[in-house]
Amino acid sequence: MDDLRYEAPETLDAAVALLAGEVGNARVLAGGTDVLVQLHEGLNEPDLIVDIKNIPDLIGITEEAGGWRVGAATSGMEIVDHEAFAAAWPGIIDGVKLIGSIQVKGRASMGGNLCNASPAADSVPALMVAGAIATVIGPNGTREVPVEDIPTGPGQTSLEKGEIVVSFLFPERPPHSGGAYLRFTPRTEMDIAVVGVGVDLTLDDNGTCTAARVALGAVAEKPLMVEDGAAALIGTAVDDAALEKLAGAASAACRPINDKRGTIEYRIKVAGVLARRAALIALERAKQS
Amino acid sequence: MARNHVTTTVNGDEYEFLCDTEQTLLDCLRDELFLTGTKEGCASGDCGACNVMLDGRLVCSCLVLGVEANGKSIETIEGMAHGDELHPLQQKFLELNGLQCGICTPGILVAAKALLERNPDPTETEIRFWLAGNLCRCTGYDKVVRSVQAAAEEMRKG
Repeated sequence: MDDLRYEAPETLDAAVALLAGEVGNARVLAGGTDVLVQLHEGLNEPDLIVDIKNIPDLIGITEEAGGWRVGAATSGMEIVDHEAFAAAWPGIIDGVKLIGSIQVKGRASMGGNLCNASPAADSVPALMVAGAIATVIGPNGTREVPVEDIPTGPGQTSLEKGEIVVSFLFPERPPHSGGAYLRFTPRTEMDIAVVGVGVDLTLDDNGTCTAARVALGAVAEKPLMVEDGAAALIGTAVDDAALEKLAGAASAACRPINDKRGTIEYRIKVAGVLARRAALIALERAKQS
Repeated sequence: MARNHVTTTVNGDEYEFLCDTEQTLLDCLRDELFLTGTKEGCASGDCGACNVMLDGRLVCSCLVLGVEANGKSIETIEGMAHGDELHPLQQKFLELNGLQCGICTPGILVAAKALLERNPDPTETEIRFWLAGNLCRCTGYDKVVRSVQAAAEEMRKG
């Protein structure tokens, strides 16, 4: 193997310059819980590793314009331990809590989970239904990208060479809003989603759903937004009839593979069941907020 | 090879070493600093045998590059006992047979210590969830959990 070089720049500009200027294969290192495994398995052979954790913009959780901004490389445990953020966005916490063990979450980040682009990444459907906006910086400047526009397939993203996801903005939310993420796995911990479902909804003062977002993980080549699922909830009291339509829409959106974790038929069925359950949790949280 | 110069604090002592970029923190602790208490199990973040504290966070040292330790503070199993005086967790693991072959034990002890520092009185469920990332193929976990509970009780008495 040729020399693998390591750089840990302290500014975004320096990181972008390193990534964009690398002739060989450059790899961004956030928490490293996927990158190091892939490195040692020989799945990719980078020439340069750019560790972004020394850049202040990438780390930390701050209030911004009534919402929250979370650095893309902030560790899962720092997110889970942040009481105010966790209270505002419990659906995100549902997703982050499921990323590996405690010791994996000591390093693993939402930015890494997104950019590793596993179709089964647990925080991604939660980010998508939260309406999280990724701030992306690259050689051509900064752009704001809805999270759902970043993954394009297994291990593939829409990011250009030299681009980095810097942070996620969670916009200010109306009262009576709540979100939830649920996944199905054969074991309760330390497993990969067979199906994952995120639901986020907002109620008016009468309990009618005025806004909803639904997303699915592990049932397609990338996490999916389910517009029909959201439409099934909006304008309803999230009653049984609405939940039935939601379940149908979630199942209909699936285009899964058969693998050792689940068959196509099973994933399609479970997506509907989990969508209903996640919506009920989101509903309860919305009523209480 | 691209040798990186690293200065880091391990169990309160400053160390300097050179490492290749590919070397993990686990490799560096064992092969450069000869601190072999930290074990390699899976080398992929699944088993917890290599657990250390990195700037106060429980991590798998197999998932950290050695060079990332530059300027950081690390605590390993070697820092757990004070001289001949064992930490209450170590003592209870011995008394209650919380180990058999012992390969997973340093990682479990480091992880359990991190739990008890956050939560001095965890429930059995909380202990089992916290230690879900620490695999033991001998004990069946029951004795591990009981040892942690006994150590917690001892530590609460002060």
